[in-house]
Amino acid sequence: MENEAGALSRVAGLFSARGYNIESLSVAPTEDPTLSRMTLVTNGPDEVVEQITKQLNKLIEVVKLLDLSSEGYVERELMLVKVRAVGGQDREEIKRLVDIFRGNIIDVTDKIYTVELTGTRSKLDGFLQAMDRNLILEIARTGVSGLSRGERILKL
Amino acid sequence: MSTELTGAEITIRCLQEEGVSHIFGYPGGAVLFLYDELFKQDKVKHVLVRHEQAALHAADGYARSSNKVGVALVTSGPGVTNAVTGIATAYMDSIPMVIISGQVPTAAIGQDAFQEVDTVGITRPCVKHNFLVKDISELAVTIKKAFYIASTGRPGPVLVDIPKDVTQQKAIFHYPDSVSLRSYSPVVSGDIHQIDKAVQMILEAKRPMVYSGGGVILDDAAPELTELVRMLNFPCTSTLMGLGGYPATDRQFVGMLGMHGTYEANMAMQYCDVLIAIGARFDDRVIGNPKHFYSEERKIIHIDIDPSSISKRVKVDVPIVGSVSAVLKDLIILFKANKEKVEAHALQKWWEQIELWRARDCLKYDRSASVIKPQLVVEKLYEITGGDAFITSDVGQHQMWAAQFYKFDKPRRWVNSGGLGTMGFGLPSAMGVQMANPGSTVACITGEASIQMCIQELSTCKQYHLPIKIINLNNRYMGMVRQWQEFFHGNRYAESYMDALPDFVKLAESYGHVGMRIDKPEDIDGALREAFKLDKQLVFMDFITDQTENVFPMVPGGKGLSEMILV
Repeated sequence: MENEAGALSRVAGLFSARGYNIESLSVAPTEDPTLSRMTLVTNGPDEVVEQITKQLNKLIEVVKLLDLSSEGYVERELMLVKVRAVGGQDREEIKRLVDIFRGNIIDVTDKIYTVELTGTRSKLDGFLQAMDRNLILEIARTGVSGLSRGERILKL
Repeated sequence: MSTELTGAEITIRCLQEEGVSHIFGYPGGAVLFLYDELFKQDKVKHVLVRHEQAALHAADGYARSSNKVGVALVTSGPGVTNAVTGIATAYMDSIPMVIISGQVPTAAIGQDAFQEVDTVGITRPCVKHNFLVKDISELAVTIKKAFYIASTGRPGPVLVDIPKDVTQQKAIFHYPDSVSLRSYSPVVSGDIHQIDKAVQMILEAKRPMVYSGGGVILDDAAPELTELVRMLNFPCTSTLMGLGGYPATDRQFVGMLGMHGTYEANMAMQYCDVLIAIGARFDDRVIGNPKHFYSEERKIIHIDIDPSSISKRVKVDVPIVGSVSAVLKDLIILFKANKEKVEAHALQKWWEQIELWRARDCLKYDRSASVIKPQLVVEKLYEITGGDAFITSDVGQHQMWAAQFYKFDKPRRWVNSGGLGTMGFGLPSAMGVQMANPGSTVACITGEASIQMCIQELSTCKQYHLPIKIINLNNRYMGMVRQWQEFFHGNRYAESYMDALPDFVKLAESYGHVGMRIDKPEDIDGALREAFKLDKQLVFMDFITDQTENVFPMVPGGKGLSEMILV
């Protein structure tokens, strides 16, 4: 979409006005600074998703749109989790879990680990389920970004 | 060295370049420089309304009756918020308009300045697009884009918000001949394979039906629609917005369909086997409950410029995205070239069925009543104006009677707020219609409730000598609300009685117009004739009508098309 003030609010406004659901949304400028790329995750029956696609295409600032899930795609999301890590046993266990999920601990104090984790939505959800709920202090997730598999390209 | 112009000069020059003849507006602090430039020229005529809502409706009526872009000018803050109803009205009916709004100076934006609102934010959901111009070098090209977007594809209102300081700054003026947007390229011609499929489907039809909508009017496709329908000898119905797209006096026209459509139109819609939807969108007032609509099987061909209108409420079999006129032209060519013909015998039987439905005479009413029946007033109006007037209306029962009883043979003669249903639309839109069609007969069919929502415009009509004829069907009730309360709320007429009405005759006279009150059926004819003889004056005709008359047929909300309440 055009990298312009107001473009994002047009998309967000469309979803709220028509009662569509935004599960996550991530947007940033591309290698062409006049364009932004937005990855939006939504859900609904086929006919609703078709309507969402058509309505988004009508927005003047939406340059090109692709339903990634219509074919193979890869997705990644970044999550930062701050956990309470006090005492040798807890600290060890958290470290092990982070390793299993191929995450990194990127900030450490004597009471806190901050964990960085990248992966699909379900992997990040899996990590949170595996963690002891009581230890989780704060979570920041970026929302999903995605690309089509293989030759399929969304570009001008 | 080319001379630099101020932002205000540039704006007015752009309007001149676009050939804008009239701009409807109301001045205020943020647009003073624009008004100063309007003052210095005479190519673009400014029409001063009495409330910004009316500026929008007038520009809207201007656009609907002329197929030019309507232009309005309002100031920041309350100027814009007053205009929102008018913008939303135009948006719902896809009317091409450009709205110029003043904004507080760039440096004051976000400071809660005097008369500041987030105009782009407030209008976002009810415009096709909008712009805030922060850089004078972008001003001319933005206005060009606004006119381009407003008038192409599925038309709609586009707003350009201009901060006051931008109207003072200077830049070299260059108005581009054309503009292209990488993210906006509306299709025109339909996919020929889809059109071929449609032809096959139509040839196999046994009970075909043409359902035409506002898209036919907007795209000036009435001649093509008429040619195709006559060529095929199919029945044709129209939505409220599509009236005039096919001549209403023609035998093949089965009347308007929908909530207050005719029995024959709704039955044919429900029981056809091939439906050709043209520039229409299957909205809730047209097909009622989609579940009931699905209870009969039929194949649907849907021609529309807007892909999002297709398969939105009703799944269709052959979608054709394209301009209605272009696709209809293609269809006409294909049918002319095709040796196969529609099966005449089946069509004949279908017509016999339709004639049986038509014989039900669903629009009948008591013509011998001793009180004025509103339907009779519209029929007489039709007679006396030779069916050739521009008719605007407000919203409610009178709107439905106007649609049912004034037989529009030509497009762009019927101007009403179909989608948003905006009371207060009738009088100001009539002003725009009269401005766009000087010398033509313009009548506004209204009710005593609707007319009071923009009654202040009687003053504008006086200032610009607009000889509009106001047909006030005065039943002392918000008639449609009263009708629903009678049918669905146990006769509890909560707040629908219009108490303390003004004396409309005196009111009209106080504005310098002619007022008439008519309360006997036998006086309708004479009064109308007298009024239309006064071709230089606005005449406010207050018809005291039957208080309890209802609009029939009626498809109750949530019901199917074949479940009409009949008189």
